[in-house]
Amino acid sequence: MVRITRAIEFSTSLRYCRPDLSSEENERLFGPQAAKHGHNYRLEVTLRGEPDPVTGMVLDLKRLQEVLDAEIMARFDHRDLNDDTPYFEKAAPTPENFALVIHRLLLAALPEGLFDGIRLEQDSTLYVEVREAVAGVGA
Amino acid sequence: MIALTRRYEFPAAHLLVQPLLSDAENRRLYGKCANPNGHGHNYGVEVTVSGRVDSLSGRIAEPHTLDEIFDERVRARFAHRNLNDDPAFADRVPTAENIAQVIHDELAAAIGERTGARLVRVRVQETRRNSFVYGVMA
Repeated sequence: MVRITRAIEFSTSLRYCRPDLSSEENERLFGPQAAKHGHNYRLEVTLRGEPDPVTGMVLDLKRLQEVLDAEIMARFDHRDLNDDTPYFEKAAPTPENFALVIHRLLLAALPEGLFDGIRLEQDSTLYVEVREAVAGVGA
Repeated sequence: MIALTRRYEFPAAHLLVQPLLSDAENRRLYGKCANPNGHGHNYGVEVTVSGRVDSLSGRIAEPHTLDEIFDERVRARFAHRNLNDDPAFADRVPTAENIAQVIHDELAAAIGERTGARLVRVRVQETRRNSFVYGVMA
């Protein structure tokens, strides 16, 4: 078995906010993260499988990139997670919740059986890994 | 499995010498790392925790709580110090393997008590070319 990893980077604005709470409650819960800010996210997507005997590839990286463009870049790059996407109406776009959304989108879009997991880097000091489906946001 | 990793750095000195061995054997085993007056690194540390994502906060653990624990238990103790002078290395050589284990053991209980998450991995980056992991590889 071989693992292959493709990385993409995208830039997104967000604020930690639960619309069911008042702005005072959101500020108390999330502190400075409740104000609108942004990150250059780096996403590493890992697949695992046996290389095809003819092509020598687990999956053509062009196909993987097409999935990443459609599922991730088109939805999130130079967008606002709160205002431009439907995923954070009930939960704050913490890196944990954002990684769960991304994992779920890719699990549905990638060829069955190949998806190993993701690493979502928010900045140079923090990243989240998801290795298998986890109940939660985006379910 | 979902895991959150926080990255830190601290500068420290160390010297690799095993008191059970002769000077010549230490020199052969550790090479320039046994130079008698020591040397230092900017140690990079990745602290990885796993657990349930809290439905209210959306977090496995609050990063600032992890930062407080790291500052109290690792930075205050080891940053700008000579690791060989620390009691943790009185009876073991301060290799990065042992440093990773010591940091893990320093952090594990406090992280469990104060965040509800579980420490699953400590990675020590000694230089850009050498890194060491204690715990579960994701």
